[in-house]
Amino acid sequence: MARWTNPLRDERDKRLPVIAGPSSLVIFGVTGDLARKKLLPAVYDLAHRGLLPPGFALVGCARGEEDFTAVVRDAVERHARTPFKESVWRRLADGIRFVPGDFGEDDTFERLVKTVDELDAERGTGGNHAFYLSIPPSVFGVVTQQLAKFGLAASTSDGWRRVVIEKPFGHDLASACELNGIVGSVFGEESVFRIDHYLGKETVQNILALRFANQLFEPLWNCHYVDHVQITMAEDIGVGGRAGYYDGIGAARDVIQNHLLQLLAFTAMEEPLSFEPAALRAEKVKVLRATEPVGPFEETTARGQYTGGWQGGERVPALHDEDGFAPESRTETYAAVTLAVENRRWAGVPFYLRTGKRLGRRVTEIAVVFRRAPHLPFDSTATEELGQNALVIRVQPDEGVTMRFGSKVPGTTMEVRDVTMDFGYGHAFTESSPEAYERLVLDVLRGEPSLFPGNEEVEESWRILDPVLAQWSAHGAPEPYPPGSWGPESADAMLARDGRNWRRP
Amino acid sequence: MIIDLPSTTTSKVNQKLVELRERGGAVALGRVLTLLIVTEDGAAIEDTVDAANEASREHPSRIIVAARGTKAAEPRIDAQIRVGGDAGASEVLVLRLYGPLADEADTAVVPLLLPDAPIVTWWPGSAPADPARDPLGRIAQRRITDAAAERNPIEAVRSRAASYAEGDTDLAWTRLTNWRAQLVAALDLPPHEPVTAASVTGDGNSPSTELLAGWLAHYLRVPVRRERASEGPGIVSVSLERASGPVELHRPDGKIGTLRQPGQPARTIDLHRRSLSDVLVEELRRLDPDEVYERALHGVSLLPEHQEGATV
Repeated sequence: MARWTNPLRDERDKRLPVIAGPSSLVIFGVTGDLARKKLLPAVYDLAHRGLLPPGFALVGCARGEEDFTAVVRDAVERHARTPFKESVWRRLADGIRFVPGDFGEDDTFERLVKTVDELDAERGTGGNHAFYLSIPPSVFGVVTQQLAKFGLAASTSDGWRRVVIEKPFGHDLASACELNGIVGSVFGEESVFRIDHYLGKETVQNILALRFANQLFEPLWNCHYVDHVQITMAEDIGVGGRAGYYDGIGAARDVIQNHLLQLLAFTAMEEPLSFEPAALRAEKVKVLRATEPVGPFEETTARGQYTGGWQGGERVPALHDEDGFAPESRTETYAAVTLAVENRRWAGVPFYLRTGKRLGRRVTEIAVVFRRAPHLPFDSTATEELGQNALVIRVQPDEGVTMRFGSKVPGTTMEVRDVTMDFGYGHAFTESSPEAYERLVLDVLRGEPSLFPGNEEVEESWRILDPVLAQWSAHGAPEPYPPGSWGPESADAMLARDGRNWRRP
Repeated sequence: MIIDLPSTTTSKVNQKLVELRERGGAVALGRVLTLLIVTEDGAAIEDTVDAANEASREHPSRIIVAARGTKAAEPRIDAQIRVGGDAGASEVLVLRLYGPLADEADTAVVPLLLPDAPIVTWWPGSAPADPARDPLGRIAQRRITDAAAERNPIEAVRSRAASYAEGDTDLAWTRLTNWRAQLVAALDLPPHEPVTAASVTGDGNSPSTELLAGWLAHYLRVPVRRERASEGPGIVSVSLERASGPVELHRPDGKIGTLRQPGQPARTIDLHRRSLSDVLVEELRRLDPDEVYERALHGVSLLPEHQEGATV
């Protein structure tokens, strides 16, 4: 059969929003925190923006007998980005179903099959169903096996089936491979969507635009001009209430393995042939393969654990005193590593990655710090206050880009001092850029995998991090640091050894 | 903050803007375009400015309102600068032009345009016959008219087709986007059969209905019937005939649409008529020529009822 070309489609028609085809989203573990705060509101926001297909259905699957529609409504009213509109809600609510039950029991899945079939008939979801596993990875195996057993996992000629999973994707290389094996035995790699919500952020996608759509930056984007790169993700909150997940995992596994290494990949990768998903993934995998941790780890890495004290006018407990953490817990809440990207572009340029809880403020940024000018035709007094040029991509909050360079101080003497030039998303575009989850949920329904890391990327990330984790578990303990600071002293010492220092974000 | 500068000149306005920027910080930074609103002086200005302020939340801009006052008066410019809370994410300059100046608005506006940023000219009311040749249209990358605001909307659509230049667009076209999106998406799905005929039903005076029919006529290359509706505002329904049965999108109340396709359950779709700020936001999103609009305009001349309609 000849390929159908839609006569009304015109690629120049840029007004038309991208609407997902008829489909449903089945969420396992729908009563969890993430589902309430992010996922359900994102679904509503998509509906509000008119990007969901007519007849879209939302199926919740969880233990318990709650009034699911009320749960969704409450989540939407509290956390949605767009204003609550009764008319939008009513049409969304029409397609909401709840399948209560235990994931281990066949009965639950029999009812799920029935619900899904009904939706195909009543709402016209066309056999297209995405299964969102908002559940602990230990249950992935059970759920995917059940989906396969009841014929829900296989894409057919008239409908697609996709599975969405969230971090953590394992806790080391071996467990990640195992997890990929479990999911991969049921769903093909092209049907697996791994959510790293950072990649849904406009600012992260903008790294590609900044680098590859401009002539201004790319010529400088290499070891001839760049001194080093700092990637930071800091949070001001602790891990209270998340002990079950966080204890034994720690900052490096929680953040560096996924978010920060993805940011590194975007920052360091070569230009992709195109923005086709395969081409983009190829470049990301290539740069991750070239990335190695730099040792000796006692000197090039740092880890810490927050103590109790005052932070921003509040008395906060130490990690040891948080609910669910043992007093002798060695879980790190601060982690910093030094990585090298071993290719011609980045030879000799260290990439410093750090993340932590209860730090000075909530900020995620990528700072590309340039070398000093090779020759300064000024007196040394004139350039005393001149630092290194830097380009900072602020991922969140206050999304934007800052450039730092030297400028003459007005006056009769020649004196050069650092100034900044600033681009803020909030100023130049919209106040209402979509939430990361909106973009990602829409991409799942559209089957557009560009913004989802593939299993190769996940496995490469673990390969990079595993040696550091092994060293940490074998030797020493995290160094305490006070809440509201920028981490333990060893983190400063780690850069000081190279004659550098961390930017204060 | 609102600052009135009665009987002033543009260089004084500029001076004041620089002063405000120095005092209040980065007022004029990050503006991505100049939105030039050309209108008659009157109470309607405020609605227009409100819509533009709302749109500026997505597209921070300098908004210049050139309001033409009475021509019989002495030549004079009364200016007003609005910044901060009174101007959304933009800065608004209202220039009331009296006497001979009313016809020379471009000379007052040019010194106030943002450097190196695109210009969009918007006529919220009646537009010039040939927007691209109008002095205020010529300086713009994009010219926004609104056929629905003209005295004879259908006639206006036809004249837009005659005077079309790259960068022209009309809000009657923008109001269609949701309809078009649904129709395109409906044809993406099986059965993949060619459309053999189409009909569009709507208010006899609705330029959007006319453009929708024109768009279908151009892209489908089939006869498109244009029918008068007895119910509902604006567009009421579209039907695309195919061998297995029609694809129908029906909106009787200007709010909720129903999509019917053979072999599929009926689906309801939110098709609320869109607010002025909403269509303006969409319009400012792109600044390149809209080739699809051009084709829809030319499609209007393919409509069989076209000649007939003029006589009714």
